[in-house]
Amino acid sequence: MEADYWKRGAERWKALLESDVPVIYVGAASCGRAAGAAKVEEAVRAKLGDLSPTARVVEVGCIGPCCLEPLVYVQRPGKAPIVYGDQSPETVAVVLESVLSKGDLLMDKALGVLSEGAQDGIPSFYEHPMLKPQTRLVLRNCGIIDPVEIDHYFAREGYLGLKRALSMSPEEVVEEVRASGLRGRGGAGFPTSQKWTFCRKAQGDPKYLICNADEGDPGAFMNRSLLEGDPHAVLEGMLVAAYAIGASHGYIYIRDEYPLAIERLSHALQRMREHGLLGQKVMGTGFDFDITIKRGAGAFVCGEETALMASIEGRRGMPRPRPPFPAQKGLWGKPTVINNVETLGTLPNIMRMGGAAYAGRGSEKAKGTKTFSLVGKVKRTGLIEVPFGTPLRKIIFDIGGGILNDRGFKAIQSGGPSGGCIPASMVDLEVDYERLTQAGSIMGSGGLVVMDEDTCMVDVAHYFLTFTQNESCGKCSPCRIGTRRMLEILERIKKGVGEEQDMQRLTEIAQTVKDGSLCGLGQTAPNPVLTTLRYFHDEYEEHIRDGRCRAKVCKDLFHYEIDPEKCIGCQICFKKCPVSAISGKPKGAHTIDQARCVKCGLCYQSCPPKAKAVKRADNGPDEVKG
Amino acid sequence: MRQVIGSGTPQDKAPWREAVARILSRHGNERGELIPILQNVQAELDYLHREALEEVARALRLSMHDVYGVATFYAQFRFSPPGRHKVRACLGTACHVRGGDDVMAALERRLGIRHGETTKDGEFSLERVACMGCCALAPVMVVGDEVSGRCTPSKVDEILARYGGGD
Repeated sequence: MEADYWKRGAERWKALLESDVPVIYVGAASCGRAAGAAKVEEAVRAKLGDLSPTARVVEVGCIGPCCLEPLVYVQRPGKAPIVYGDQSPETVAVVLESVLSKGDLLMDKALGVLSEGAQDGIPSFYEHPMLKPQTRLVLRNCGIIDPVEIDHYFAREGYLGLKRALSMSPEEVVEEVRASGLRGRGGAGFPTSQKWTFCRKAQGDPKYLICNADEGDPGAFMNRSLLEGDPHAVLEGMLVAAYAIGASHGYIYIRDEYPLAIERLSHALQRMREHGLLGQKVMGTGFDFDITIKRGAGAFVCGEETALMASIEGRRGMPRPRPPFPAQKGLWGKPTVINNVETLGTLPNIMRMGGAAYAGRGSEKAKGTKTFSLVGKVKRTGLIEVPFGTPLRKIIFDIGGGILNDRGFKAIQSGGPSGGCIPASMVDLEVDYERLTQAGSIMGSGGLVVMDEDTCMVDVAHYFLTFTQNESCGKCSPCRIGTRRMLEILERIKKGVGEEQDMQRLTEIAQTVKDGSLCGLGQTAPNPVLTTLRYFHDEYEEHIRDGRCRAKVCKDLFHYEIDPEKCIGCQICFKKCPVSAISGKPKGAHTIDQARCVKCGLCYQSCPPKAKAVKRADNGPDEVKG
Repeated sequence: MRQVIGSGTPQDKAPWREAVARILSRHGNERGELIPILQNVQAELDYLHREALEEVARALRLSMHDVYGVATFYAQFRFSPPGRHKVRACLGTACHVRGGDDVMAALERRLGIRHGETTKDGEFSLERVACMGCCALAPVMVVGDEVSGRCTPSKVDEILARYGGGD
């Protein structure tokens, strides 16, 4: 019976790719939608009504280059889809008209074709500078298949990994995963097979499996993209993990800020039930397993295992000391394994290709690939996947295309509020768990935020600490009080009223918070402060000694002024200023009333490039401080 | 600071009781259902008022302070009515380094309220969120369900104008 699933999947997939009517694919993940994909899709449907009423429209997930969103791929009968980026309702109508009725492929606008080789003179999209350096294993289906079509997933060898796992003993599955070298993708990098073995051996019934989809790090969206673009990959992984540890029930704990991912998951669970992949006797074997979705309610600390379990149990999401570890005493006191979305999403690949083959990629201590969300001051932002051991330089400059507006590269931040800032001088660092830890940061879930010379490192430390201080659950005092005290110090440094001893104070409190906190939130909260102190000591000193913020970010330490020589009196800034702080007559030089100015920067941004009269100037140590 | 409980009162008696009863009957009375129940109650009533929380506590045989303790722990729950248009500005890392603070400042200026507040006419409420997961399009703001990427203070004016606000 099941053999039919793959057969039917393959047939339906082939029918789509070889459709005799045009097929238009729209990248409609959250990122695409934020860029306006819904309006683009509407325009596509309207235009097709005139051009090709029988044509199909398919919503796909995110293929990665969010900077090019909204993405639309146009597939003509018998041809591979051509990718067009940065579409609007107006441009997409032109693209459809040109490609489908005039036979003009708009070569200068085509980003590539979704095939291995070139077609009609358009290179493969996989040769695009952003995609070429990548190895897409976890993300192999994202942006390619329709996430609501389980048949597409079957066609791409979906659930074959599970089929193989169910033909083995649970011990053999654990062994296969051990051979793959898989380590947790949620941050700490603990070997997955070891975690599973603890749970397998633990006494207690039932056992639970939890998928941690509480992707709380600001600046990270790898899990969201995977769940939206290929939900079955994660669900198949859950079945494999549950079978290996002997769990009969699973939970997906997912942030409520991800409504589309929740919708995709609910839909996928429904399809799985219909296909005998969930509930009693999965795939006709003796394995029973079911999954419940639990929506988070907005608490960052719930990404921590014990807090997450407290939240599922309906309590305040506060962590508790470990041991006992969840593998021994977890949800409702029963043995529980908590795996990250990406860890689970990797399992189908491992089971399908075999552990040893999977371990052929990556670095010595970290096998396989890792997804990252590459954001911040980089030209090409988006979701990427590279083997462990890939140098930062390759990620930032090859995949990311270098720094936005060709500014100077200052630092890259990994690991969110628990991570640290790695300076430009370490750009050849090969990314894996140990090397990032040595540099004072952490792998974390995979957010990479690029910072340029316009980013103030004191401000970055302040930003992360504001976040962790706010999200500290308050249970243990080192975290509750320590983060607050550190934040107060950073606030005064930002205001230019810091003291010479403040850097020493920060280091001491940071160490105490690191050593004394109960859970990962507090233990890692000082990392952004410690790494910026370590690598950007001079910026702290400038703030404290000279009252200067070289990046012109800390608002108390600089002001805007208009160069009377350069001002052309166009009055744009005069009109834009929200607080009427600018005065001046048409064609005459303008001035800013510093007492009124709120430093919103609108004048600076709106001053015509030919004039460039608005400048940001240091306040200097003697001027009045905010 | 979090809103004090009971600062909002249910306008009219019957409809909300029915909604809460419906939600409670769907979820059963296990402790593990507490948070999903509160989420659904808020989805129906827009915020959690004292009477609704008391109903939930009774049904789950929990004390009121237990239910209130859980509800106030999570940032998602509101205890006073939000504005007709819920405006959220993302202050995630990517948004921060790309000027999210300026977007928030522009929103506060244009709406004449601070984050966590609602305009006097009840039209707009303003909240900050830690990350919407659309970091590649930073800075991001949301009105209702409409997400807008690559925001600037000038774009804030355009967006608010579409909802009849901003001056």
